[in-house]
Amino acid sequence: MRNFLTLTASTLAMAIAVTAVEIPGAVAQDKQLTIVSWGGAYQESQRKAYYEPYAAATGVKITEEEYDGELGKVKAMKDAGNVTWDVMDVDTAHALAGCDEGLLEKLDYGKIADRAKFLPNTALDCAVGSIAYSTIFAYSADFYKENPPTTIKDLFDTAKYPGKRALLKKPFGNLEWALVADGVPIDKVYEVLGTEEGVEQAFKKLDTIKGDIVWWEAGAQPPELLANGEVVMTSAWNGRIGNAIKEGKNFKIVWDHQEFDWDLWAIPAGTKNLDLAYDFIKFASDPKNMSQQSKYIAYAPTHVDAIALVDPAIAPTLPTFPDNMKTAISTDWTFWADNNEELTKRFNAWLAQ
Amino acid sequence: MALAETANFMTIDGVPLKKRLAQAERSRKLKAVGLVAPLFLFVVLTFLYPLAVMALKSVTNEETSGRLTRTGAALAGWDGQGIPDETGFAALAEDLKAAQQKREAGEIAKRINSEFSGAMSKFKGITRKVEAMETGPYKELFLSTDKVWSDPALWRVIKSVSSRYTPYYWLAALDLKQGQAGIERVPADQAVFIDVYTRTFWIAGVVTLFTLLLGFPVAHLLATQPARRANMLMILVMLPFWTSLLVRTTAWFVLLRTEGPLNDLAELLVDHRFEMIFTRFGTIVAMTHIQLPFTLLPIYSVMKTIPPSHVRAARSLGAGPFMAFWRVYFPQTVPGIAAGCLLTFILCLGYYITPALVGGPRDQMVSYYVAYYMNNIINFGQAAALGGVLLIITMVLYWLYNRLVGIDKMKLG
Repeated sequence: MRNFLTLTASTLAMAIAVTAVEIPGAVAQDKQLTIVSWGGAYQESQRKAYYEPYAAATGVKITEEEYDGELGKVKAMKDAGNVTWDVMDVDTAHALAGCDEGLLEKLDYGKIADRAKFLPNTALDCAVGSIAYSTIFAYSADFYKENPPTTIKDLFDTAKYPGKRALLKKPFGNLEWALVADGVPIDKVYEVLGTEEGVEQAFKKLDTIKGDIVWWEAGAQPPELLANGEVVMTSAWNGRIGNAIKEGKNFKIVWDHQEFDWDLWAIPAGTKNLDLAYDFIKFASDPKNMSQQSKYIAYAPTHVDAIALVDPAIAPTLPTFPDNMKTAISTDWTFWADNNEELTKRFNAWLAQ
Repeated sequence: MALAETANFMTIDGVPLKKRLAQAERSRKLKAVGLVAPLFLFVVLTFLYPLAVMALKSVTNEETSGRLTRTGAALAGWDGQGIPDETGFAALAEDLKAAQQKREAGEIAKRINSEFSGAMSKFKGITRKVEAMETGPYKELFLSTDKVWSDPALWRVIKSVSSRYTPYYWLAALDLKQGQAGIERVPADQAVFIDVYTRTFWIAGVVTLFTLLLGFPVAHLLATQPARRANMLMILVMLPFWTSLLVRTTAWFVLLRTEGPLNDLAELLVDHRFEMIFTRFGTIVAMTHIQLPFTLLPIYSVMKTIPPSHVRAARSLGAGPFMAFWRVYFPQTVPGIAAGCLLTFILCLGYYITPALVGGPRDQMVSYYVAYYMNNIINFGQAAALGGVLLIITMVLYWLYNRLVGIDKMKLG
């Protein structure tokens, strides 16, 4: 019995000692931030450019999560009163939708940076731009050795360019390309798409290659599909293909009619770490830090002072390079906010046919 | 007489026997309740409660009903023809102003946009304008801002979403909609869900059939082999069963690829690469593999209980091998088949990850669309209604099954 008592006492003492030692550690661990992004090579570039330096500078523990733009998860967390995400990387469509539906905090630019210093359309009410990316199409140069595809028309031409192609499993972006490939001028795309006949025209054009399409949903898929020979052409986010080329893959990017967009930082409404979230975004929006990301992935910064700091050698691989921008399509966000739900329904019905 | 006597019996410490018995009975009941209560509460909290919440979501106008009260009241007398008068416009303007202050105007616009495509931007535009105005008249402002405000169809949607309950999601889940003359089908280019349900039940049915065809002989083999060999075989069946669903699905993804090992072999043998990944074929193969143990195990445990002497007796009485199997052995395995098949069928209805990874767009089942509406479209009502329809059809099938096979005849072992 005495033995037992001593044992208990010493265990207790040890437990107290351990707890006492851990208290300072526990405080530091309190400072943690959950950041959600789009996975793959893109998230890796953010890890190197922002997460690791920020963690090293502040001692904040960063937990990473991945998503494919599922804003519904924010709504579910908000409804349940337990928002576990603190910072999100969103594209323009999600930034606007999230803002309208009250899922994202309205940003106080005083806590981030001078709003006027960001490129037009990148300093939004609920999200602040970090990089410019683009949806392009790429092909495997091993497959098309001679006379490779050069225009968006070639993506839709299975007679001249046989083989499977992968596209994003959403109407968004594909309908625009279908119309352009069908001869609609860039500045008329949304006017045409706004009519019943225009939508039909777009789906009819997609019909011509439907049997040869593999659909992707996550940004990491296109380079994989291309690498393992599942497809010979794919739409993709340019940086993902750029990084695969850096790793030695024989891929080529076609910039014709690239669909240009931004990735932005946003804070989900109801986060428990609001101040820390602002602090991180401020860090990531600092021109010097922002200019780092281009080293790890071919995306261009949005802060004008950061643009000047980007290595000129990599400029031609960025979506903002003038030669790459010649035929760029700039997305009409109002059109998609209005029509996404209905066109998605049609798209799903079309897929099921 | 006997009853009265019992009532008067006393226990040794002077308490009437009846009372003592009741006490003992009560404590036993309490213990029983105490043992069952945790599970009961667990089921209520994690199953019934969420189910009720989702069911409610599928029939309520959460985003709009509490926020368009003035509009609802003002439009109560409007007959749905032409456009409402100033009071209707003014009420909507006031509701939008109030909602805008609480950052709820976007949700209202989105809800209306589900039923009236294009309303999103019109609502945003008009909200900005009415915000700047202290008082009316508003009708002129609305009509001069956009011609959509003179469309009675939009006003009918506004009126319908201002009420607490809506049939919209359930109708949409069945490819129907509320027309002016009553319920009508949605245009063919937007009808997708009936197709999805048919596909879901078809895939589940085919997979169940295949697991049965493949599993029955194996179960028989397992049940009749000597213990040592049967155990070895059993491990082969169970090993995949213990592996994570995602791992098995990914393995199939690798195997079925156009450049995968199966196709390498095919090219070697017949000089042709088959399309197996992103097809119905691939989905069914992978699902059959994953579901096989679920069908097999109940059949096996039922077969274990059938004495081998039955078949031997049948043979000795002159039945051929087939007759002995079909008339004596097989009928005794039916309860196991019933249990295994029902289990597999119902589990198959909810498949999500396997069709998503190895199937093509035509192989996605209901769960895919539930997730899609939850995550991407952020339309929880539609997701809830889709799940609700699946639940009801499944329950009807279960009822039919019970009538035809009899659930009491089902045996898991």
